[in-house]
Amino acid sequence: MFEILKKELLADRIYLMEVHAPNVTERCLPGQFLIVRSGEDGERIPLTICDYDREKGTVIIVFQTVGASTMEMAELNEGDCFTDVVGPLGQPSELCREENLEETRKKKIVFIAGGVGTAPVYPQVKWLKEHGIPSDVIMGSRTRDLLFYVDEMRSVAENLYVTTDDGTYGFHGMGTNQLQALWDDGKRYDHCVAIGPMIMMKFVCKLTKELGIHTIVSMNPIMVDGTGMCGACRLIVGDQVKFACVDGPEFDGHLVDFDLAMKRAAQYKTEEGRKKLELEEGATHHGGCGNCGGDK
Amino acid sequence: MDVNVRTPIAEQDPKVRATNFDEVCLGYTEEEAVEEASRCLNCKNPRCVGGCPVSINIPAFIQEVKNKNFEKAYEIISESSALPAVCGRVCPQETQCEGVCVRGVKGEAVAIGKLERFVADWARKNGITPKNTSKKNGHKVAVIGAGPSGLTCAGDLAKAGYEVTIFEALHKAGGVLVYGIPEFRLPKDEVVAKEVENVKNLGVTIDTDVVVGKSVTIDDLMEKDGYEAVFIGSGAGLPRFMGIPGEQANGVFSANEYLTRNNLMKAYKDGPTPIHHGKKVVVVGGGNVAMDSARTALRLGAEVHVVYRRSMAELPARAEEVHHAEEEGIIFDLLQNPTEILTDENGDVRGIRVIKMELGEPDESGRRRPVEIPGSEYEIECDTVIMALGTSPNPLIASTTKGLDTNKRGCIVSEDEFGKTTREGVYAGGDAVTGAATVILAMGAGKAAAKGIMQYFEN
Ligand SMILES: Cc1cc2nc3c(=O)[nH]c(=O)nc-3n(C[C@H](O)[C@H](O)[C@H](O)COP(=O)(O)OP(=O)(O)OC[C@H]3O[C@@H](n4cnc5c(N)ncnc54)[C@H](O)[C@@H]3O)c2cc1C
Ligand SMILES: Cc1cc2nc3c(=O)[nH]c(=O)nc-3n(C[C@H](O)[C@H](O)[C@H](O)COP(=O)(O)OP(=O)(O)OC[C@H]3O[C@@H](n4cnc5c(N)ncnc54)[C@H](O)[C@@H]3O)c2cc1C
Ligand code: SF4
Ligand code: SF4
Ligand code: FES
Repeated sequence: MFEILKKELLADRIYLMEVHAPNVTERCLPGQFLIVRSGEDGERIPLTICDYDREKGTVIIVFQTVGASTMEMAELNEGDCFTDVVGPLGQPSELCREENLEETRKKKIVFIAGGVGTAPVYPQVKWLKEHGIPSDVIMGSRTRDLLFYVDEMRSVAENLYVTTDDGTYGFHGMGTNQLQALWDDGKRYDHCVAIGPMIMMKFVCKLTKELGIHTIVSMNPIMVDGTGMCGACRLIVGDQVKFACVDGPEFDGHLVDFDLAMKRAAQYKTEEGRKKLELEEGATHHGGCGNCGGDK
Repeated sequence: MDVNVRTPIAEQDPKVRATNFDEVCLGYTEEEAVEEASRCLNCKNPRCVGGCPVSINIPAFIQEVKNKNFEKAYEIISESSALPAVCGRVCPQETQCEGVCVRGVKGEAVAIGKLERFVADWARKNGITPKNTSKKNGHKVAVIGAGPSGLTCAGDLAKAGYEVTIFEALHKAGGVLVYGIPEFRLPKDEVVAKEVENVKNLGVTIDTDVVVGKSVTIDDLMEKDGYEAVFIGSGAGLPRFMGIPGEQANGVFSANEYLTRNNLMKAYKDGPTPIHHGKKVVVVGGGNVAMDSARTALRLGAEVHVVYRRSMAELPARAEEVHHAEEEGIIFDLLQNPTEILTDENGDVRGIRVIKMELGEPDESGRRRPVEIPGSEYEIECDTVIMALGTSPNPLIASTTKGLDTNKRGCIVSEDEFGKTTREGVYAGGDAVTGAATVILAMGAGKAAAKGIMQYFEN
């Protein structure tokens, strides 16, 4: 059922797929995520729903290959099927809800997208534009080769600011530097949505707190079931324990304990690193990774 | 043969099994089963049947075993239970059917569970499956959750001609049977998957990857998709933590996470889902879930301590599980309660601080209440902590269904013995109603709700 209808390489190691998953599209909204699995014992991989077509029953996912499971996903081609796709999971974004339209209209909104975070930002900006609400977008990546969706984003954003860390395209610097520069020029926002790597969201929050901009972040901790059953995804928000899969993934960024979240995200580094090396190097892996003991 | 003593059953040697995930108990041979069956007195008023929540005709099936009519024995069990190979393995028989067996008065109760398991295993090995000869009656019923309660309710309804679809959130059917209870107690492919297959063979459709409340709501199912009645068997999957400092550290897991990684995601087979291989693991809690977590960690290579705040006599886990755990080398640190989890500079667990307890007056549960001994705190060094403190129902379904009441513990309120809820046409049962309980009670509730639903259609 979960056939891959389209596969595209958007940038270095970043893939887009359109997948048939009518169980997800019936009720999904921007801000929610799904879980895919490839193979009988495949890992459950959470990915943001980047776009959806209710008529066709298809969703768009965009993912970066970072470990063994995402590398395996990248091996799949058009016509292949995922073993499972389940969703929508998590809460829809507060901004993109019909019932909040009046409130949202009053806001001056800026999105900050980092890396693959561009993909989940896009449907929100698009949804807002369709509802007549303008928003600015800062999209950053490490280097030009990793940029994608620039034209798509330009067509829905009021103003688009592209940044690269190494200055190979657009503004030379990070998303936070761009925001500061706009602020210094007299631009004012009262609502920020930051989606990207945790470290980037942490620094955006640090800045927006100083500037007094309410900030929503989309957290991506390690998950297993995605339905509230295991607690792997727990975060500290304010002084409360939250399960990102059911209470989030979007939270008030000024209340999130990022240092803890980043430590938790790294907890399977050695186990996963070993699997990734095995996959990349196959039979040619003769140790040296420090993990598998293959050189002992 | 001493009629007061059970026919012994073969088990894997504790030293060997502590290093593998194969089943601990090897089951009776035909001769052993027949011998054990001959201990049953075939009572006129069999007390054992009253002790079984699904009322299996125990003396009748045991007589068939005695006469080596195993197929007939299987037919008798199948009239009442859809998951005999499961129940024969994991039912708390000592407090259910076997707890009231007359043989138990002078000696040891008949090994009803082990005989049930033998019959179910025999049927499976000989390719015998339950049959459904009923005609479809045209009514559509939705069942939420493919755990023991949902599977039982669905099976009974299908046998009565209803068109039943089970919606299951995970990618595999079975509920706790697939994600919680480990392989070494309940083999997944051979036993659970086969019994799920049997339920499908009765005509039940199982739709996995559907989270009710997210992918679809009960309101939609009833108002748009034509389901006339719904059974909720969504279990009690929400894990509890203690709320002590250090609980978010790396190396602290809920038992659900640890067991799900291992059982459902097959981390022990070196699948793509990783698991934390601890060297020294502390499991907090004393129920079946704690025993399963401890014995799993042991098999993954750790030294394992179970920290429990009462004494051995109060351990809520099944006696057989505690006994197996002790044989395998699990260390019980009893009458102690954690107060803090200690971490190192990287945020990884380095130990746990516990306080010693003593037993005071009995509390409302009738068990003596543990009280802290002031000044008795000390540290246990460890790199992994597994919290096995119990679970409560997930609020997702109740919060997305109009008119469905829950109580203050989050359990769905059922108004009669048939699982009728406050919402017309919606029934519920199992852990979702009672809070975490047992497989057989969940099955009993599924059965009762199937009856309730049939009555609902008749009126
Ligand atoms: C709600 C949510 C939405 C997400 N949306 C997207 C998306 O749209 N696009 C996308 O590319 N990625 C997304 N992710 C992250 C994605 O799920 C992980 O990249 C993926 O699980 C990594 O799997 P792997 O086996 O390939 O890598 P692994 O080998 O598991 O991990 C590689 C490294 O990444 C770290 N890591 C960080 N976060 C995670 C995580 N959530 N799960 C596992 N490892 C993690 C690991 O510690 C490890 O060091 C999302 C995550 C969540 C929770
Ligand atoms: C580790 C462990 C060991 C145990 N050992 C024993 C034992 O030895 N003996 C014993 O008798 N009992 C044991 N139990 C308890 C027993 O397993 C449970 O009481 C029993 O499984 C409850 O059955 P259920 O059908 O009510 O729920 P579950 O088995 O929990 O099944 C519920 C199902 O519903 C699904 N679900 C939940 N929400 C949704 C939703 N919104 N949409 C769709 N599907 C949903 C879940 O994914 C799950 O598959 C143990 C429990 C655990 C956790
Ligand atoms: S189902 Fe459980 S309680 Fe009933 S006879 Fe079998 S083992 Fe005993
Ligand atoms: S009570 Fe015991 S002896 Fe009597 S019928 Fe039941 S199993 Fe047999
Ligand atoms: S992923 Fe298991 S509770 Fe959130």
